[in-house]
Amino acid sequence: MEFNTYSSPHLPVAGDVSAMMQKVLLALVPGTACAVWLFGWGILINILLASLAAIAAEALVLKVRRRPVMMTLLDGSALLTAVLLALALPPLTPWWIPVVGTLFAIVVAKQLYGGLGYNPFNPAMAGYVVLLISFPLELTLWSAPGDFPGLLDTLALVFSEAARSSVNLDALSMATPMDTIKTRLGLNETISEIHSTVLFGYFGGRAWEWINLGFLLGGLWLLQARMIQWQIPVGMLGALFVMSLVFYLFNPDSYTSPAFHLFSGAAMLGAFFIATDPVSASTTPRGRLIYGAGIGILTYLIRTWGGYPDGVAFAVLLMNMAAPTIDHYTRPRVFGQS
Amino acid sequence: MNHATDTDPHDRDVGDRFERLHRFHGGLVLPGQHEMSTSLPIKDAGVPPVLVVPLLQHIGETAECLVKEGDHVHKGQIIAAPSGSVSAPVHAPSSGTVVAVAERPFPHPSGFSFPSVVIETDGRDEWSEHTYTLPDYRQLSRVRLLDHIRAAGIVGLGGAGFPTQVKLSKGPSNRVDLLVINGVECEPYISCDNMLLQERAREVLEGVGILQHILQPRDCVIAIEADMREAEAAMRQAVSTAGDTGIKIVSVPERYPSGGERQLIKVLTGSEVPSQGFPSDIGIICQNVGTAAAVYRAVVNNRPLVSRIVTVTGAGVKQPRNLEVLIGTPFRYAIEACGGYSDDVDRLLMGGPMMGFAVNTDEIPVIKATNCILAVTRKEMPPPATALPCIRCSKCTEVCPADLLPQQLYWYARSGNLDAAQDYSLFDCIECGCCAYVCPSHIPLVQYYRHAKTEIWDAEKQKKASDIARDRHQSRQMRLEQIKRERAERLARKKREVSGAGDARDAKKAAIQAALERVRKKKEREGLVQKNVNNLTPEQAEKIREVDTRRQHKRPPGEH
Repeated sequence: MEFNTYSSPHLPVAGDVSAMMQKVLLALVPGTACAVWLFGWGILINILLASLAAIAAEALVLKVRRRPVMMTLLDGSALLTAVLLALALPPLTPWWIPVVGTLFAIVVAKQLYGGLGYNPFNPAMAGYVVLLISFPLELTLWSAPGDFPGLLDTLALVFSEAARSSVNLDALSMATPMDTIKTRLGLNETISEIHSTVLFGYFGGRAWEWINLGFLLGGLWLLQARMIQWQIPVGMLGALFVMSLVFYLFNPDSYTSPAFHLFSGAAMLGAFFIATDPVSASTTPRGRLIYGAGIGILTYLIRTWGGYPDGVAFAVLLMNMAAPTIDHYTRPRVFGQS
Repeated sequence: MNHATDTDPHDRDVGDRFERLHRFHGGLVLPGQHEMSTSLPIKDAGVPPVLVVPLLQHIGETAECLVKEGDHVHKGQIIAAPSGSVSAPVHAPSSGTVVAVAERPFPHPSGFSFPSVVIETDGRDEWSEHTYTLPDYRQLSRVRLLDHIRAAGIVGLGGAGFPTQVKLSKGPSNRVDLLVINGVECEPYISCDNMLLQERAREVLEGVGILQHILQPRDCVIAIEADMREAEAAMRQAVSTAGDTGIKIVSVPERYPSGGERQLIKVLTGSEVPSQGFPSDIGIICQNVGTAAAVYRAVVNNRPLVSRIVTVTGAGVKQPRNLEVLIGTPFRYAIEACGGYSDDVDRLLMGGPMMGFAVNTDEIPVIKATNCILAVTRKEMPPPATALPCIRCSKCTEVCPADLLPQQLYWYARSGNLDAAQDYSLFDCIECGCCAYVCPSHIPLVQYYRHAKTEIWDAEKQKKASDIARDRHQSRQMRLEQIKRERAERLARKKREVSGAGDARDAKKAAIQAALERVRKKKEREGLVQKNVNNLTPEQAEKIREVDTRRQHKRPPGEH
């Protein structure tokens, strides 16, 4: 009797890329829900636009590259990139912002490097940074927390240039807490003075603390489900905490508290969902800790002394560049070797 | 704990040395599936009509065939003698007639054939007559026992099949600190060690006693996997009945691949066998429980290794169980002894589902290293899914028991960067399959590593060949140069001879010169004789003449 032969191991494999991506998308739900609740429909519209652009762009490039389209789309990685990028964008931004950002992320940062598994940079952050540098104004259009236009008004603002010019966008939008800190510290105000404004919540930025808590929740679930490993989040949040604590203790009037740093901006989203992108991160256990800590330190440096209010995206891209070197120097000791 | 000062190996409680176990990195908790084949007792599979006995059944050198077509053989008769140090003799597993000595399909991943002795059995299963019986092993020397174990054709029955006496003679100079008897059957489905311990605990224990006698280890431990409760109980029972054996039984947590020699030693002692080294390097010898039982049969019953226990299991076989199978029995016969295949059988494996290999035919024979025949259905083990790109999630790193970076190894193996793969310790990979099992991209990682290893071996072989060729080339070059040199010298000599005319002229000149010189000297001499003769008296002149005349006479002949 003849039999089929395959290579060992023969037990059915336990893992699955698309299942992983789905779990990560699922873990984004609490944080995203908080963002929608506080910043309105614009968040959902951004996610939708970015997702459509990502799928279209990925399919097109795969077709041109003569690669299997359906199988690759089903791995869910393009969708995840789109959602992560969209979550970094303000709700009142015009439609072409998520589209342009996603196109860059998928076509240039991902597919031109060879597609899933080959991109040296986190595609979502590469797309976001391109937008941040090219269209700084459009990236400030955050509505006031809890005070956002209705669905139809938002749709009009997003898609119609006429609607945008007919309203005073400045009146609708509001600086984020991180932005405010940056500006007002520049005006020689003290932290306690700045904190007295409506922009600050219980421990982090108002509204942002809830969003960060949501992402923290999802991230902890990912850890518990062993979808991600602890080293990168712990490294990044730990470094951010230590850096902010040291400077806060040194001078609480000029430096914001560790709680503010951990629960404002993209801290939690970055620590659990962006820095943990395995393709562009360090892969050794010790390396991941260093990689995470590097992102935490750079985020703090950029937030505190850099030109942008938040620094997670830049920090991630900078550490992406360092990942191969970190891996090289942090190889684990092989069993039985001295 | 004062083991260091304690010297008597048997008269001491190994006590708390193994109270606290250690952990190796990575590994997996796999669905056991052992119970599938443990409900029925071990059954004798009987004598198949034809036995195919390969002349090599383990790592090392092929045995030298001693029989030819038409020979009648008895059970236990030596049909192939060991050649070289890492070799074991092969015995006829049953009585019958040799019908061929030829290449036959062999259980190997490559599916190749190998020289085998084909015996048509006569069904009488007659043992060859023993010329002597062995006295009590306690009276025998270590060397004598090792010879006997070698003559019995015993190899490691845990799967690798390394000749046992080679392992036992390792490190005779340095003391054996610990003898580990491996009863940790960590791969799913396999249960032959489990059933052996349950049914023949006493045999195993006696075998361990013989090994202790040979090695004189300070400690001896029988390690049994935690889920093999009946086996552990049977072994404990046997040990307590036997009294003071100095043997400790340790239950090892279920975690694949804790039955791997290196992993097991780490779990028991916390020490690591050096990479590319042997357990004996750190004073440890590891033997499988089945091997211990085979040693018992060889030494106490004087029976060579002609059969072994094989687990025949999987959803592809109707009645999974353990069989006592003669070496050389075709897989098909063993499967039939278990009720035959179920309808939807898809794959046939030798060994377990993690490290075993798929064979394409059931005509291949059971060999000494066959611990399991696994017939599986498509539902049980579906064909591998299409591989996706590696996303560097490093789940493989998390589970690697050798602490390697499988994703880097894959990267280098795939791109053919074999130097880098070796730099990342490719050869420390034990091919346990944990990495491939957890890979979300379904990459057949182990296949890549095996391929890379083979390529490196091939390259080394080629390098050796090219080294030899280079040496040959260099010595040829030297030879040629010498011939050239010699020819040049000959040529130069000839040239001198040819240009001899010029030389002759020189010689003539020299001769003339010499003649002139002689004349000059002579003249000088004569001149000297004639000096101060102008103012002589006649007497003086007379005297001179006389002297001159005398001188003339005294001159030797030839001066003129």
